[in-house]
Amino acid sequence: MGYVAVQGGTTAIENSRKLNRYLRLRGESAPLTVSQIMEQMAPLVDRVMGEGGLYSPFHAALAIKQASGDPIEAAFLLRAYRSTLRRLVDSLPVRTETMRISRRISAAFKTIPGGQVLGSTSDYEQRILDFSLADETVETQKEVVHDFEAGARPGEEAPEPAEFRKVVEMLREQGLVPPVPDRPSPQPTDITQESPAFPLDRSGRLQMLARAETGGVLALAYSSMRGYGNIHPTVGELRVGRVTVQIPHPWRKGTAITLGSVSITEVEIVAKTAPQDSEEAKPTFALGYGSCFGHNEVKAISLGVLDRAMRSPSPRAPAEDHEFVLLHTDGVESSGFCSHFKLPHYVTFQADLDQLRAMRENEE
Amino acid sequence: MDDRVLVSVRGLEKRYGPGCGSCRELTGPDRGTNVCPQCGTVVAMAGVSFDVREGEILGVVGESGSGKSTLVQCIYFDQEATRGEIRFRGQNNDDDILGLPRSEKRKLRGRLMGMVYQNPLRGLRMDITSGANVAEKLLEADLFHYGRIRARAAELLARTEIPPAYIDRLPRSLSGGMQQRIQIAKALANNPPLILLDEVTSGLDVSVQARVLDLIRELQRELAVSMIVVSHDMGVIRLLADRTLVMKDGCVVEQGLTDQVLEDPQHSYTQLLVQSAL
Amino acid sequence: MTLNDLLPPIRGFQYNFAFIDEGVKKEIRRALLKAVALPGHQVPFASPELPIARGWGTGGLQVTMSIIGPDDVLKIIDQGCDGSVNAVNLRKLLVATTGIRTTFDSREATVLQSRHRLPEIPLRSDQVAVLQVPLPEPLRLVEPSEVETRRMHSEGDYARMWVSLYEDVVQHGAVSLGAGYPVRVNGNYIMSPSPLPRWDLRMLNDAEHLTLLGAGREKRVYAVPPHTSVRPLEFEDQPFTVENFAGMTCARCGSTGTFLDEIYDEKTGLATRVCSDSGFCDLVREGAVPRRGRLAHG
Repeated sequence: MGYVAVQGGTTAIENSRKLNRYLRLRGESAPLTVSQIMEQMAPLVDRVMGEGGLYSPFHAALAIKQASGDPIEAAFLLRAYRSTLRRLVDSLPVRTETMRISRRISAAFKTIPGGQVLGSTSDYEQRILDFSLADETVETQKEVVHDFEAGARPGEEAPEPAEFRKVVEMLREQGLVPPVPDRPSPQPTDITQESPAFPLDRSGRLQMLARAETGGVLALAYSSMRGYGNIHPTVGELRVGRVTVQIPHPWRKGTAITLGSVSITEVEIVAKTAPQDSEEAKPTFALGYGSCFGHNEVKAISLGVLDRAMRSPSPRAPAEDHEFVLLHTDGVESSGFCSHFKLPHYVTFQADLDQLRAMRENEE
Repeated sequence: MDDRVLVSVRGLEKRYGPGCGSCRELTGPDRGTNVCPQCGTVVAMAGVSFDVREGEILGVVGESGSGKSTLVQCIYFDQEATRGEIRFRGQNNDDDILGLPRSEKRKLRGRLMGMVYQNPLRGLRMDITSGANVAEKLLEADLFHYGRIRARAAELLARTEIPPAYIDRLPRSLSGGMQQRIQIAKALANNPPLILLDEVTSGLDVSVQARVLDLIRELQRELAVSMIVVSHDMGVIRLLADRTLVMKDGCVVEQGLTDQVLEDPQHSYTQLLVQSAL
Repeated sequence: MTLNDLLPPIRGFQYNFAFIDEGVKKEIRRALLKAVALPGHQVPFASPELPIARGWGTGGLQVTMSIIGPDDVLKIIDQGCDGSVNAVNLRKLLVATTGIRTTFDSREATVLQSRHRLPEIPLRSDQVAVLQVPLPEPLRLVEPSEVETRRMHSEGDYARMWVSLYEDVVQHGAVSLGAGYPVRVNGNYIMSPSPLPRWDLRMLNDAEHLTLLGAGREKRVYAVPPHTSVRPLEFEDQPFTVENFAGMTCARCGSTGTFLDEIYDEKTGLATRVCSDSGFCDLVREGAVPRRGRLAHG
């Protein structure tokens, strides 16, 4: 199959598509089901939902299947799908204080009101390759599930609080964190309906961060943590769980309709001192906020760190430059532009060739 | 070393490039270039020798590309000289200091020299306060007493006519003239016997220039410190320098008492310079 | 029969004593010897990946794995606590790969691996402290580039570090650095003591014991030999101070002279203070050691 630029392009593309499909299916294994991906690759599904900007585990899993596991490609598929969906209504602001916690920790204090809940995490698992997984069967699956469910005894301990009070609220009460301003919040920017204008307000930034590519924001946040600019972060609180999504009732003013719930990860970073409004004001900590769809802690922590870093009064390091951070961390945009370099650049290159040859002639 | 000589420079050379046997021959004021036509090496400074006496101001004048800035940068160890010797009276047994290890040179520089650059971005750190800029020099000389650092910094700022409140302000929020004054304060911090000034007023407004030059003259008289003043401006040289070196294409073409050099220039290039000065 | 024969395989694989292979241990030991010979100087080492995540103590772990023997007694703490989840996890791995005895009593340990705290009871000359280090480079505070900080150390060019302390005093009236306060070791290198609270720095100075510090992710080890001076950077007229626990008492053991954690009751939300060194606190409650009264700090 020769890729001839001028003719035969269509055929080659069609053949490539067929080849992709063939490569995915020609092995001896049975086709993956979307359920398998949704159930057994939940972190990947969550990551793709976050970067795709669309909460739907089914569609994210489908995209992952179609992309044969490539996360950026899957996020791309999801974003593109999102563009075809009609926008019906904006939800009411989600109250994460009412989150149904599946995991909740703080690195700032040993014990916190409501308690630390370890939940499901690989943090303390030893990363030793488990060869027994190669032989997992439906039988071992049934055993694991049965054993766990038999051992779990819901309702034995005192019931959990309905709401877990935010650690940040405690700090706020003690005046260690700036108070929430009295004035009403301005209408948030919607980056999906207008192109972001720099300098970008905080709502726009947090939205862009929420959809950012995990590896990209991790790299930049890591640079800050290592010393390129340093906000000295502490994880004040990390929450993973389900939050209720509500919309205002179309005609019964003042009431809301609950649509359902989505799972999110939310991190509040407590960072070194906030710039003071006035000389006399006492110093306080500064906050960095990060949240994203699904269970994706590395991303949420990175977002919190970047949110704070980008608000440094005198930005010097790359992570502190909000334009730099936000314009280079959208995975769909960055991978798209990166890939575009594979398109024919024959004309532009010819111009370069021409120039170089002329310069070389002049030297003689 | 002669009693009155503070610094003695011999055969100081700076080249950029591989160098070949003919570089010296094929470059210089007679050839009108400092780029070797044979190997492309730039001979920024071709074996310069001179003395600086105690308490004197030595002027170095020439056009851009003459090697005058390279000269002070090599003396200040900002650049590494290709060849040559520098002796400082009372240091290293009056022996050459260019061969000393970097950490030694750094310590020597901190105690013996101060430098003021044309561009304050080179001489100051813009992300720390003016006071901190001066403090850095004091800390380099192992002064670890906060109160005394503060007092000395305040004293130096006052001496260079900087308003006291500026001690805690960032240099980037201050005018060009102020930034030069901070550089001067910093250069004086450890009472060095030698101050190097590289085109310090060239970027300033004329009126501001005059005031900074006056300040430099006053300080030199008061402290009897030796100075090397680099400038392309004959007026500055006339005002400040006791003796002057004239440089062209990396070489010293003439040197002597400033009055003599300006009134009765011997070399054709010096004559040209003097004539074209406004 | 070798040591390895005594240990059961983990998930189907037979690991070497203390998990890492002898070649890796040798390299680390050489680096440690060099570190001890150059107090406070960061020595690079290969630091291969471990099953524990980077940033979670792989440096400290590799140091412990390289020096531990079957007769050692190990104590591992995280911010002072043996029961902290990560300490538990590290202990599990070490026990599974060595079979050695562990203890919560710092007096019994021969090797004490710790994240960010030293025990309240000073260590003896027959004990080794292994500290986990996230960021080994103290000059990172003022300089992000590794090439530049290495030069600064080699030339003893520390002025910029002092300048940042000066600026701190100008802005805040005193040096406001918290944990991980930079120290001068043996009057020579500036070193990061790992994020120990200022409270613990006196325990490093002229200590009876050897302190080894490992930074796995950054791939450096360094050391403070016994009886070496470790002095926090301070201006002559701005004496170094430690955390203030005046008027506070440990709610569990009644000590008033230990480093106290601020904790919020899970049910009531009320704040109390307890010893960060849980092992010490337990010993006091058992009556094995006297409760700690107010310490004179210098």
